[in-house]
Amino acid sequence: MDNEAAFDKFKSCAVEVLQVPAEKITLEASFSDDLEADSLEVVELVMALEEAFDITVEESELDGVATIGQAFDLVTSKL
Amino acid sequence: MARPGRRRVAVTGLGVVSCCGIGNDAFFAGLSAPAPVGEHRVYDFDPSPFFDVKQARRADRFQQFSVASAQMALDDAGNLDVDPGRAGVIFGTGVGGLETLQEQITVLVQKGARRVSPFLVPMMMANAGAAAISMRLGWRGPCETVVTACAAGTQAIGNAARLIQLGRCDAVITGGAEAAMVDIGIAAFGNMTALSSSGVSRPFDRRRDGFVIAEGGAALVLEDLERALERGAHIYAEVLGSASTADAHHITAPAPGGTGALACMELALEDAGVTAGDVAHVNAHGTSTPLNDLAEAEAIVKLFEGAGPLVTSVKGVTGHSLGAAGAIEAACCALTIERGMIPPTVGLEELDPDIHINVVTGAPVPLPEGVLLSNSFGFGGHNGCLVIAPIGFSSPGAPA
Repeated sequence: MDNEAAFDKFKSCAVEVLQVPAEKITLEASFSDDLEADSLEVVELVMALEEAFDITVEESELDGVATIGQAFDLVTSKL
Repeated sequence: MARPGRRRVAVTGLGVVSCCGIGNDAFFAGLSAPAPVGEHRVYDFDPSPFFDVKQARRADRFQQFSVASAQMALDDAGNLDVDPGRAGVIFGTGVGGLETLQEQITVLVQKGARRVSPFLVPMMMANAGAAAISMRLGWRGPCETVVTACAAGTQAIGNAARLIQLGRCDAVITGGAEAAMVDIGIAAFGNMTALSSSGVSRPFDRRRDGFVIAEGGAALVLEDLERALERGAHIYAEVLGSASTADAHHITAPAPGGTGALACMELALEDAGVTAGDVAHVNAHGTSTPLNDLAEAEAIVKLFEGAGPLVTSVKGVTGHSLGAAGAIEAACCALTIERGMIPPTVGLEELDPDIHINVVTGAPVPLPEGVLLSNSFGFGGHNGCLVIAPIGFSSPGAPA
């Protein structure tokens, strides 16, 4: 899967879980400031990403993940 | 009527989400219409006026009913202008977010523990409804949930009234909500043989064969009466008194002869400073189960030393919405007073020959002068009674 296809897939998960318009899902977008997503919603997003990408993300790996870009890097590092 | 040392409690707002109607007018008209055919779900409930899409996804249906009824009651009450630190939320539910729990147990079994939603706990917890109301309004006074099965709505209102009587709160949103009509809930009540096998709710009827499970919610805005008068609020009624007792007998069966129900009704009248002779109407628990209706009718006969005043059970129409039922029925009492008409007991065709009370059937009848008694009894032996009265009521029989 190339990077663009992976981000499209990531984006559709984020749109579904966070209930925000697709154009707000940018690499720079902050979960708390731009997407109004709290920590439980980030956990729920990661669960959806685990299923979509068939990966496993440990809870400790979410420390410091504050933006869409950081979450996307975490996912792609496992592909 | 003023009781020394305590403030009076006005009902200044109502909101109802019921299978027989959403909103006060539709609900009250629905109580005198034929019962809904089939399951007693609130099919036309739309959460979108109360929640955006994301909020709705995070709120179990019982929480949606809680917030929707509370918001409707608040809108109905007008401008409360209340100090948020002196405004409370006391809400009831029988089981909380059962649909969410059932869904997530299915996820657990099918996909494993790692897929269980991080929102399961905040969505299923019984206090989610009260918490959501306080967050929505920014009310920071007492915010608590009463979980006493089918008595929850009534006991919540009694507790809420106490907060105003004692001076802790100037306004309280109170009531109850339930949304337990999911497979696990229906199976569980069904296997207890509590549910009607005919699917028809017939309170006090010879052929009654169990309750018809329903869902919904209702909320009341209770307010310090003097404050409500000062701001020119529309006042539906006054909560004169309440009582909460336990049978201490059996986890599901009522105490024989309705002794628990009787004690609770007597205590509520005493709390209200009125006598049995002041009661114009009893809004009965009347679930349509063989045991409840017989025990409740026996208690009423003992309390009034005869058939007593006019009795209605609205569950012939509404079905039994468990922790929401008492709140829906308290809203009915407020509307009964406002409109001066008692709705009939729909579904009752032939009074049980062992039941000797004065049940309203067929069509609404005018409300005589006096106070109303609203009963709720829950699994666990929980009894709750409210005394609700027209604002000008003064007991001729009470000591001066």
